[in-house]
Amino acid sequence: MERIADFFRWLNDAHGVNLSIFYDSLDRSRFLEGLWTTVELSTICTLLSLVIGVVGAWLQGARFGPTRGLVQAYIQFFRNTPPLVQLFFFYFAVGNELPHVLDQHGMLVPPISNVGWAVLSLSLFAGAFNIEIFRAGIEAVPRAMVEAAESLGYSRLGVYRHVLLPLAFRISLPALNNNLVNLVKTTTLAYAIAVPELLYAASQIWSEELNVREMMNVLLVTYVALIAVLVAIMGRWERALHIPGYSP
Amino acid sequence: MTPLPVLLPGKPALAGSAREGWREFFSGGVLVAVLAALAISILAGEARAQPGIGASPGVLAILLKWSPLIFQGFLFNLMVSVLSMLAGTALGLWLGLGRVSQFVALRRASGGVIQFFRNAPWLVLLFYCMFLLPFSITLPFATVPLPDAAKAVIGLSLPVMANVAEIVRGGVGSIPLEQWESGEALAFSRSQIMWMVILPQCLRRMIPPWMNLYAILTMSTTLISVVGIQDSMTLARAALVAEGRTELFIPMYLMLLSWFFLYCYPIARWTTVLERRFRVRV
Repeated sequence: MERIADFFRWLNDAHGVNLSIFYDSLDRSRFLEGLWTTVELSTICTLLSLVIGVVGAWLQGARFGPTRGLVQAYIQFFRNTPPLVQLFFFYFAVGNELPHVLDQHGMLVPPISNVGWAVLSLSLFAGAFNIEIFRAGIEAVPRAMVEAAESLGYSRLGVYRHVLLPLAFRISLPALNNNLVNLVKTTTLAYAIAVPELLYAASQIWSEELNVREMMNVLLVTYVALIAVLVAIMGRWERALHIPGYSP
Repeated sequence: MTPLPVLLPGKPALAGSAREGWREFFSGGVLVAVLAALAISILAGEARAQPGIGASPGVLAILLKWSPLIFQGFLFNLMVSVLSMLAGTALGLWLGLGRVSQFVALRRASGGVIQFFRNAPWLVLLFYCMFLLPFSITLPFATVPLPDAAKAVIGLSLPVMANVAEIVRGGVGSIPLEQWESGEALAFSRSQIMWMVILPQCLRRMIPPWMNLYAILTMSTTLISVVGIQDSMTLARAALVAEGRTELFIPMYLMLLSWFFLYCYPIARWTTVLERRFRVRV
């Protein structure tokens, strides 16, 4: 560990390549915390957006017309407006309207923090895409399958939970993976409302150490590596869940 | 003479058409819904505006006052999106052709470049270009200044390039092998087959995903406000700061959202229509 630090200190002194995250403990911890926040943010948003996707796809098949209309309006609005403006709309505009509450120190604070708004806004954004993806998966399940389940006495929810969803999930997994990769990339937008994720941490480091070039490269490599890992895991999962004999 | 009711139309067909009908209606109605939300937020703002402070103008008046300026910013966003799309498409076409080349080395290299730029977040690429590109480029005959807007266009065109390359690869891959073989049988060279037989056929299939990409790019142009370029988002925030009235926040952001929606939603609808039409013919 010391030797690595020494090497990078030498690299800075001899060649001016200042990779402070390898020898400065403050910068390293900031960077790692940023990385962790990005991972956390991505995970929570992924899970929430999956929930939105499943529930939304179910509501889209509702018998009551206005419910379907509402879901459709939600999807189209979030798909066709910039995610950054959505984030600002939630954080600055909606957040401003909510009544402030007292925290444990007796200070008036907004009820939802910037991290909370980032989670909410990004999940709603990714969820809108997930609904469409799940719907496409559900439509790809043969109608006879649903009829067979209905004739076995399954309720509408039962058909959805035990028959449609497991099949639809497998069919829509490739598209879903694409969207989740997109979601991880979109978490960088949280930088704009000062959520201490990877990009924000890196920007703090480069504004103090003045090593923009080095940190930029580190940042780019880290994100590409992070997403490559995600793609590899998802690809493996996709193969594991593959329906034998089914090719889209 | 009335026709005898032998069989009523089947239930599934009826349900299906009704569902389609609802969906069509509401997807058209989304436009109305967005504008209604904007109107309601303006009215709510008007109602909350404090009447005490002299003759303060209403929310609608303030929005109207600022909207020409913010709309100029919006046009700037659109200009950036068009330029990035042009640059990205021009570069991406070649990258995509490299991806389907006969030469293994070129294919691998192009694949690596595509993967890299597709995996990197747009905002990070934008930061990269904004901070690391020089202020001006010195050519042997002249020094070309590189303003921030040009850097932003370059930064946005990189991910577009990778995505266009992927679209080209998908399009070329979707053409049946027989087309290549019959081209060869007619003694076309490989590049002749590509440009005169394969690409003209792919073009139609590539248009819907390409339009989709353009809509995504247009929405991503707001990222340039994060790296300090004056676009509609920057101007809207500046207007909010200048007015300093909290009841303006929701109407102002909704106005900006609705502009982007009015621009991107028709593109999305049109894309779906084209996709449907091409799917039937193919």
